[in-house]
Amino acid sequence: MRFSQAWIVASKDFSMFTKKRNILYTIVILPLLITGLLSGVTWYIQHKGSGSVSPAELTTLLPAFTFFYFILAAIIPTTIASYSIVGEKVEKSMEPLLATPTTDGEILFGKGLAAFVPAILAVLGTSALFMGLCDAFTVEKLGYYYFPNESSAVVLFLMVPLGVVVSVEWNVLVSSRVSDVRIAQQLGSLMVLPFAGIYVGGEIGLVPLGNTNDLLMIAAVLVFIFLLMLYAVQAIFQREAILTRWK
Amino acid sequence: MSEGEVFGFLGPNGAGKTTTVRILCCLISKSSGVARVGDYDVGNDGDSMKIRKMIGVVPDNVGLYEALSAYKNLDIYGRLYGCPEPKRKENIQRMLTMLELWDKREVSAGTFSKGMKQKLAIARALIHDPQVLFMDEPTANLDPEAAKTVRDFILELKREKRTIFLNTHNLDEAQRICDRIAILNTRLMATGTPDELERMVGSRRIVIKVERISDVMLDAVQKMFQEARISVDGEQFSVELPDAETKTPDIVQAVVQAGGRVHFAGVVGSTLEDTYLKLVRREQ
Repeated sequence: MRFSQAWIVASKDFSMFTKKRNILYTIVILPLLITGLLSGVTWYIQHKGSGSVSPAELTTLLPAFTFFYFILAAIIPTTIASYSIVGEKVEKSMEPLLATPTTDGEILFGKGLAAFVPAILAVLGTSALFMGLCDAFTVEKLGYYYFPNESSAVVLFLMVPLGVVVSVEWNVLVSSRVSDVRIAQQLGSLMVLPFAGIYVGGEIGLVPLGNTNDLLMIAAVLVFIFLLMLYAVQAIFQREAILTRWK
Repeated sequence: MSEGEVFGFLGPNGAGKTTTVRILCCLISKSSGVARVGDYDVGNDGDSMKIRKMIGVVPDNVGLYEALSAYKNLDIYGRLYGCPEPKRKENIQRMLTMLELWDKREVSAGTFSKGMKQKLAIARALIHDPQVLFMDEPTANLDPEAAKTVRDFILELKREKRTIFLNTHNLDEAQRICDRIAILNTRLMATGTPDELERMVGSRRIVIKVERISDVMLDAVQKMFQEARISVDGEQFSVELPDAETKTPDIVQAVVQAGGRVHFAGVVGSTLEDTYLKLVRREQ
C-alpha cells in the first residue's frame, strides 16, 4: 500500500469537491449551522430562558450537545463518499483510473481519505468552535471551563473518527449497488439512523451514555462494526467486480 | 504484435474486443490461455502492475473528470503513473499543443466537444510515454468531423512509431490506419495485413471491357488459362485467376488476337469488407 498513490486519488477528489456546491454546503454550512444552533441554545437558556438552568442541568445538557457531532460524523461522509464513487461511475472514469498502476486497496484508501479528511476537519473544527463558545457562555455559572473534558475527548477523538469511517464504508457498499448520486446519498444517509438511535437511546435511558466507560463501550462496538464492514468493502471493491458487476 | 506496429482488432458488437483489451490491460482476468505484454505475463499478479505501468488505455467511454480542467485531468494521471513533475509538465504542454488544446488548458473538460474529449483521453493515455497504447473504439459515437480529427491524431501517433492496439468495427478506419488486422468474433478468425485479408476470401479478378464481346475471344482466354473461371456481364467479362496481376497482359493480348477492341482492363479483388462479412457470417 503506497500512501502517495492513495493521496493522489484523494487530492483529485478534493479538487472535484471544490467545484461541487452541494458538497461544500455539507462540509462547511451544515456543521456551522449545527454549531450555531447548539451554541445559541446554550446561550439562550441562560440569558433569556424562563427560569435559570442549574449547573447540574447544564452538565447534563452539554455532553448531549457534544453527541450531535457524532451524528454529524455520519452525515458528512454520506454526501462526499457517494459522490466520490457514484460520481466516478456516472462519469465512467473508473476504468481509466483502474488501468493505472494503482492497486484496488490504494484507490479504496484514497476514496476513504477523500471522505474522511474533510469530514473530520469539519467536525473537529466546528466542535472546537462550539466548545469555545459554550465555555464562554457557561463559565460564569459553572465556575470552571466545562470543555475540554474526558468524555468530549472520547466522543471527538475516538467515536467521531470511527463514525466517519463506518459511514464511509457504508457509503462505499451502497455506491457499488446504485448508479445515481442522489439515490446513493439517500441510501447512504440511512447510516444516520443508528447514530441518532444511540443518542435517543441515551436520552431515554436505553443506552448508557453517562460516563467515559459507556462511551468506550460504544467505541468498541464501532470498532467491531468497522472491521466487519472493512471485510465487506474489500470484497466488493475489486477491479474486476467494479468493471463487470457494479451497476 | 510487434513494436511500432498499429494492430487493429476488428469484430462486431459482442465479439469480445473490449474484453480482450481489458484482459491485456490487467483489468479483468482471463479464463484460459496465455497472453504477454512486453516481457510480462498477463494474469500473473506480480506482473500486472508492471504491465499497467508500461501501457496507456483509451477506454470506449472517455471517462474524463468533467469538472476539472484539461490540464488537471492530465496532471492527475501523470502523477498516478509516477511521471516526474518536470517531465509531466513537458508532456502535458507537448500533448495539449499537439492537440490544439493548450489555449483551453484551464477550461473544464466537461465543456469540450466529443472530439476534443476523445483527443484529451488519448493524451491522458500517453502522458507517461507508454510503450503500448490500447484504444477501444476511439471514433465510435463521434460525428464525421470529430472522427476525422481523432483518426488524424492516431495517424500522427503512427508516424511517431507508437505501438498501438486499436479496437474498432470501422473497416475503413482499420484499413487506413492499421499495419495488421485481426478479425474476431468471440474467437480469433483471421490475422494479416489489410492486403492479405482482402485476398483471403477469393482470388482477384481481371475485368476486361471490350467493344463487342464474342465467344471466340472467351474461348481464346479459356484455352490460355484452363483453370480460369470466366463470367460475362454485358460487354465486359471477368477472369478469376490466382496471381491475376501478372496475367493481365497475356489476357489482353489473347483478346486482341481474337479480334477484340479492349476499352478497359484491370484487376479487382475482394475487399476487407468481403472478408470480414464472410468470416463473421460463417461464424454466426
